[in-house]
Amino acid sequence: MDMLTWTGTAGILLNPVMLAAAVALVLAILAQLVLGAVTGAAETAVMQDGTLVARRSPFDLAALAVRYIGLAVIVLLGLYLVVGIVMPGVVTKGIIGAVSARFLPVWIALIATFAVSIIYRRRLGLYGKLFDSPVGMIGFGLVMFWVFTALFADAIITHDPLAQLSGLKNKVPGTPLQDTKDGALYSHYLLGGDALARDVFSRMVMGARRVLAIAPAATTFAFMVGITLGLPAGYFGGKLDTVLSFIANLVLAFPVILLFYLLVTPEIRVTGIPIALAAVLFLFPIIFLTILFNSRYFTNPGQRNLYVGVTLVIGLWAYSGLAFNADPLGVFSMDPNLLNVFVSVVFVNAPTVFRIVRGIVMDLKARDYVAAGQTRGEGPWYIMLWEILPNARGPLIVDFCLRIGYTTILLGTLGFFGLGVSPESPDWGSTINSGRKLLTLFPHPAVVPALALMSLVLGLNLLADGLREESMKD
Amino acid sequence: MVKFVARRLGVMLLTALALTFVVFYLTNLPPNLEKLARTEGSVRMTDDAVLSWIEKNGHGGSVFGRYSEWLGIKPGWVLTDEKGVTRGRCVTAGFTPENAPRYCGVLQGEWGISTVFKEPVLTVVGEKLGATGWLMLYVMLLMIPISLLMGILSGMREGSRTDRSLSAVAIVTAATPEYVSGVILIAVFASATTGLSPILKELGWIDSNTLFMGTATSAADNITFWNFGLPVITITLYGIGYIARMTRASMTEVMTQQYIRTARLKGVAFKDVVMRHALRNALIAPFTVIMLQVPYLLNGVVIVETLFNYKGFGWTLVQAAGNNDIELLLGCSVVAVFVVLMTQLFSDIGYVFLNPRIRLS
Repeated sequence: MDMLTWTGTAGILLNPVMLAAAVALVLAILAQLVLGAVTGAAETAVMQDGTLVARRSPFDLAALAVRYIGLAVIVLLGLYLVVGIVMPGVVTKGIIGAVSARFLPVWIALIATFAVSIIYRRRLGLYGKLFDSPVGMIGFGLVMFWVFTALFADAIITHDPLAQLSGLKNKVPGTPLQDTKDGALYSHYLLGGDALARDVFSRMVMGARRVLAIAPAATTFAFMVGITLGLPAGYFGGKLDTVLSFIANLVLAFPVILLFYLLVTPEIRVTGIPIALAAVLFLFPIIFLTILFNSRYFTNPGQRNLYVGVTLVIGLWAYSGLAFNADPLGVFSMDPNLLNVFVSVVFVNAPTVFRIVRGIVMDLKARDYVAAGQTRGEGPWYIMLWEILPNARGPLIVDFCLRIGYTTILLGTLGFFGLGVSPESPDWGSTINSGRKLLTLFPHPAVVPALALMSLVLGLNLLADGLREESMKD
Repeated sequence: MVKFVARRLGVMLLTALALTFVVFYLTNLPPNLEKLARTEGSVRMTDDAVLSWIEKNGHGGSVFGRYSEWLGIKPGWVLTDEKGVTRGRCVTAGFTPENAPRYCGVLQGEWGISTVFKEPVLTVVGEKLGATGWLMLYVMLLMIPISLLMGILSGMREGSRTDRSLSAVAIVTAATPEYVSGVILIAVFASATTGLSPILKELGWIDSNTLFMGTATSAADNITFWNFGLPVITITLYGIGYIARMTRASMTEVMTQQYIRTARLKGVAFKDVVMRHALRNALIAPFTVIMLQVPYLLNGVVIVETLFNYKGFGWTLVQAAGNNDIELLLGCSVVAVFVVLMTQLFSDIGYVFLNPRIRLS
């Protein structure tokens, strides 16, 4: 088999066009910058009949050129991906094309999601409004790309992420396998091999699954803790607020890395501190849901008993498995390493959520509808959970997106320092860590997961931006 | 004002005590002490021998007692073993059991001996802090002007093309943690096989194999643009995004104020409105943000110093944590906690000074 080129056969035609478009785009942007400094936007002239006419200045023409050439570049980039799917054979596809073809299930799922969402966007509330903002759409697209990648990871990978194939150590992207007797194997390492001769592409794809399994779950737990404590602290104030705020500030004053180095070590597992922390932190979702249902339905005991009962049964069942690894049925369990990482990340994030919730509640509790609720004789927890919390959802949803991104960065940091994850784990932080030792000679094993992590966090930040923009329009 | 500062200082002191105690507790957990016993004593010690080593070297007893000794508010331990040799916390080089001071903790300036560097912790931390100081200085010199300029330019005319492109840059940099930007920068600028360096070499524009150096180890003796550029840029990039966005938010808020409209309607040129009327008020919030950003920079420093092998404070912290060097780790934590608390205090006091609308007491 031959080495793969980046763009394959289609590149012969597409590359010169792409190069020309890229050069034109750079020139147009430069022209726009220079003209913007010299002239400015459209000149207006008052006509004799009193109407105002704007004439296109050279600057406007440059801006127009930037827009259309930019569009052309985007279309060309898309063409590379489409051609890769259509062309037969790996060598004709090229690396970009072949990678694009491997992601085929993701493309289909993405197109389907966008099509359905855009058609029904007027009926979908805040989620639908997201599709009015280009920034939000790009962010949502990036995030969903990685979500679908994590879902379809088994179909996308070309090799076993742990398999080490001889002769492929540190090989550059597009290197063919030496012996392809085993027909099940893909014929090339699309994005090269790492220092242990494993496939970088497959590890990156599997890493998405690891990251997207932990980050949103840890963020949700942090939100449960922050909301359950932040609501009463902001609503009641007084001593409770002072004590909780002091503890929150205490955790926040800790440099994160130091805390990780102290909390995520193999030794600490012997002492049982992670389990104790988990026992406290994992209790909050159950408390939250129990109070949520109880405060709403306590006037109707039948319904209340059903909801609270279901919450308690499932909650405590999962709790026994996740925190103490003592699930009698063995459905819920967590690897001790993972538990350690998970608990630390929740612990670091919860105080910030607490502060945000507390701030919002202190602002909202002076509103008339809260006073109305109090006069009606509603209980404090009903007011907090069913009156204040829904009105605080805008900033909280935005922060949730940002925080998943931050958690992803934190998990990467942990992996980067080799804390709490097994060296075999394909998560992005540890692959960057293992790739950095030979970074100046073989950059690809570290650069691929680095770009993956960056695009996911960027997507989450853009999504948060789009959501903020759209929720402010109400 | 005095009352406010005193109150803040009181809370700070309480926080510092609580934090150092947590660090002390976590570093002095039984498994860590056992590991220490095996590295300091002998690897093949029996479990009983380990326990007696811990006991004999003053690591036994309640954690509160040991914390007070470490802090220097309780007399240091003194033990006379069966051979009649008296050893104690304060009986170090230069002291006999008779003339040794009774108290020797952090408050007395006795920070212990680092087991990794075989030197007093205070010396090690001081020296490495100096190295990190240079890194921070360059980062601040680069980050603050750029991020403020970006924030002001984009906040000046909200929604303009400049605003949108600068905001895009800010979002991208805020989404790129140091270990990602560092890896990408090394691959582009400091790799002999990929990126720009081979091209430049072929053109004969550079003599060495790479444009920038991939490690900053040599910067400890002699800081040059080529060995220090990448670490500084790596930390700066992540910080810029956040500060620029905060400055932008503050600037857009100020630009919608009544007095700005009044100034515009009076016929003041847009440039003068921004420079004289808006800027002073818009820069209050970024000041606090920059101060509160310092703890996050500490994070970046640890990552970048590890990535570029620059032997500063962050690198020392990693070494201490990785090698179970309890005294050094405690020393590093004290410094880190101190830095965080000081920046919080400065940002509070500075905010009050800068913002005449806030009245205390």
